[in-house]
Amino acid sequence: MKFLQKKFDQIKPLFEKGGKYEKFYPIYEGHRTIFFSPDIITGKKGTQIKDATDLKRVMMTVIIAMIPCLIFGMWNVGHQHFIATGVEASLLDKFWIGILKVVPIIAVSYGVGLLTEFTFCVIYQRPVEEGFLVTGMLIPLIMPATIPLWQVALATVFAVVIGKEVFGGTGMNILNVALTARVFLYFAYPTDISGDVWTYFGDKTPVDGFSGATILAYGAEAAANGTNMLELAGNHWYAGMFDFWNMFLGVIPGSIGETSTLMCLIGALILIMTGVGSWKIMLSVVLGTLAMGGLFNLTGGNSFMEMPAYYHLVIGGLAFGAVFMATDPVSASHTEAGKWIYGFLIGIITVLIRVINPAYPEGIMLAILFMNVFAPLIDFYVVEANKKRRLKRATV
Amino acid sequence: MIKFASFFKTFSQVRNMSQTIKLKKGFDLNLAGKAENKIIDTPQPDTYALKPTDFSGLSRPKVVVKEGDNVKAGSPLFFERNVEDILYTAPVSGEVVEIKRGEKRKVLEIKILADKEIEFEKFKNYSASEIGSISKEDAIEQLKKSGGWTNIIQRPYGVVANPEDTPKAIFISAFDSSPLAPDYNYVLNGQEQYFQAGIDILKKFTAGTVHLNVDGKAEVSQLFSQVKNVQLNTINGPHPAGNVGVQIHHIDPIAKGDIVWTVNPVGVAQIGKLFIEGIYDTSRLVALTGSQMKERGYAKMYAGACLNKLAVEGNDNRFISGNVLTGEGIGHEGYLGYYDNQITVIPEGKQEEFLGWIMPTTKKLSFHKAFGMLTFLNGKNKEFEVDTNTHGEERNFVVTGTFEEVMPMDILPTYLFKAIMAEDYDDMEALGIYEVVEEDVALCEFVDVSKNPLQEILREGIDLIKEG
Repeated sequence: MKFLQKKFDQIKPLFEKGGKYEKFYPIYEGHRTIFFSPDIITGKKGTQIKDATDLKRVMMTVIIAMIPCLIFGMWNVGHQHFIATGVEASLLDKFWIGILKVVPIIAVSYGVGLLTEFTFCVIYQRPVEEGFLVTGMLIPLIMPATIPLWQVALATVFAVVIGKEVFGGTGMNILNVALTARVFLYFAYPTDISGDVWTYFGDKTPVDGFSGATILAYGAEAAANGTNMLELAGNHWYAGMFDFWNMFLGVIPGSIGETSTLMCLIGALILIMTGVGSWKIMLSVVLGTLAMGGLFNLTGGNSFMEMPAYYHLVIGGLAFGAVFMATDPVSASHTEAGKWIYGFLIGIITVLIRVINPAYPEGIMLAILFMNVFAPLIDFYVVEANKKRRLKRATV
Repeated sequence: MIKFASFFKTFSQVRNMSQTIKLKKGFDLNLAGKAENKIIDTPQPDTYALKPTDFSGLSRPKVVVKEGDNVKAGSPLFFERNVEDILYTAPVSGEVVEIKRGEKRKVLEIKILADKEIEFEKFKNYSASEIGSISKEDAIEQLKKSGGWTNIIQRPYGVVANPEDTPKAIFISAFDSSPLAPDYNYVLNGQEQYFQAGIDILKKFTAGTVHLNVDGKAEVSQLFSQVKNVQLNTINGPHPAGNVGVQIHHIDPIAKGDIVWTVNPVGVAQIGKLFIEGIYDTSRLVALTGSQMKERGYAKMYAGACLNKLAVEGNDNRFISGNVLTGEGIGHEGYLGYYDNQITVIPEGKQEEFLGWIMPTTKKLSFHKAFGMLTFLNGKNKEFEVDTNTHGEERNFVVTGTFEEVMPMDILPTYLFKAIMAEDYDDMEALGIYEVVEEDVALCEFVDVSKNPLQEILREGIDLIKEG
């Protein structure tokens, strides 16, 4: 790797103070540190050695945890395409369709996002931070495969600038950046990200009787008109589509990466075993969901309320949100006690939105954003409690 | 509830009950280069230096010697302006050869070319049986005059104590849990008489208890277990269990307005020797540690000894006075810190590593288990070779919850650091700044994936609140 080091050394003077491109030093440095971890040493004071893990590795762990969701999602895009158009197809065919649809979205998300990030790094002369590595992968996974690429670009720019940079960059944001992108599209271009958008047809026409509705749409229908949700879902044009285990595996229409609860569980396992994602948040989201779902089971009212509470865990984006979105350490609660409350409330609010407010069939996105806003408040009370414990000692 | 607690506390003080504390949080850094329990004959250095910068909170030292002056061990070199009676004295006898100053004429080092035979300034000496009858005032006077007082550190702030205060308790941690730390059972072997005398002197200064805290994981020498006039507490747990601040937090925490004093066990023995022999002798067994140290063991050194005669392996090394978490890089020509009982020599790490941020490895030391960081596969007995590379660049705080895992105190480190950075005095106080000094957050600094200088931030906060 001496060769690469030499190349970097050769162009370094251009980016250093007085060089032709000195303003672009953060970008030079950002690239060099991807190939080589830097030769920085500790100062004379302070710890003389440092832990071998840095933020890059932590962020990369999250991306690796998302890979099962990504791969399954690409296959599922193709799979949904072929069953909707009534064509028998091989695994590879399905995968190929998925690649054709998903890779451009990822490319746009990373390309546009990093360009925005670099621009701010040059303007403010600060190093390129790793936060967008994760965001850039999260954004495609929570989009429908049919999303127009220009919308991906627009949403990414919006999320990076308004969701993050205006607060001061990675670590300073209040809202989850990827969800900011999605919620932007949700309110700016609702027809492209809700309704019958989940299945990609290309130039094919759907089979007779096709409906691209997700199970959440059946739920919304049940809440609005009192229809029997699970019975209607059971009579789906494609037999067995909304069986519990089919939904658990994720062979259903939905955003690219969010459909498979199984893949999310694998991701959760990676995040928990590496200690990168908070198991407290994941578990408490599940508990909150079951608590609220269970409460509706007890009260009854319509068929959505009567749907077994654990169904909530496998439908929509709940599993994906709980594992990859709610656990974003920056926008989540920062205190350990706070994480329990934060996660639990996300679960409760998700079910509330789903069941009570049919205008927004998917509750997890808004629930997480809502709790992002309230996380500092939760932390405030946890911190106050810590202060009070200390004050109490003084009076003894 | 409060009344009950206070009743219980009084009760426990009356009974002088020893406590056993079990700590779970923390992290033991198992490094290569431990000191063997043997004495190593190192050549005596020619020069010694007393560094005002070794004393936290010392801001305006007034030097009382000139270059060319001859001094004895125990002769005053400087004092803090406005605190003229606490003297900072020469560790050895010889000729003052240089008063090194830095920016704004700040005194950095007072260098002494040492005599072959060290001559000591004589102070009053007592027999062991007379120690008990020395008055508090006489004891303070002798300590201040000889330089021995500087061994007594005050919490909050971690600065040399004010003799006019009466601390609610005095704490001595009899073990150091830091990486490659010296074993005080070995270091103080044979100094039972001095140690007991030191305890008896300290006992005069507090109406409360003198706490001596021993390691629950190791065998405790008789020197500590047989000593009188102390409350012997047992502390179990990984580093930082040996930090006196952690022990105070669990045994008798510091609230606003409280003052406690702490003394290193080596300092206790030096204080004892001052009264028994009438000399302030800063010589002690210093642990020579680290993977690059040629011969590892213990060497007798005076405070401020120059390291240039230390034999090491390799060329590009970091010479650390102290341990790798809280020590200071002083260079091969540098001088042993006043309070340090350990020297660590490890290689510098000024090299890039191809894809070092993501390559899977079992060889690197990490508290984390992020992708590819397989440190935990090694088991507990693996000794890690470490260098001074930071393994990454400085970032904003992103990851949460890690500091809490290595902080065995009911303190929220991130919030405390943020309060300091915001210069929010009320919050600093409420979040526990009185209870910590740099060493208590050193592990946080080590495990921080965002590589922030947390010890430096904490000291800024302490300085702010001390002056505020």
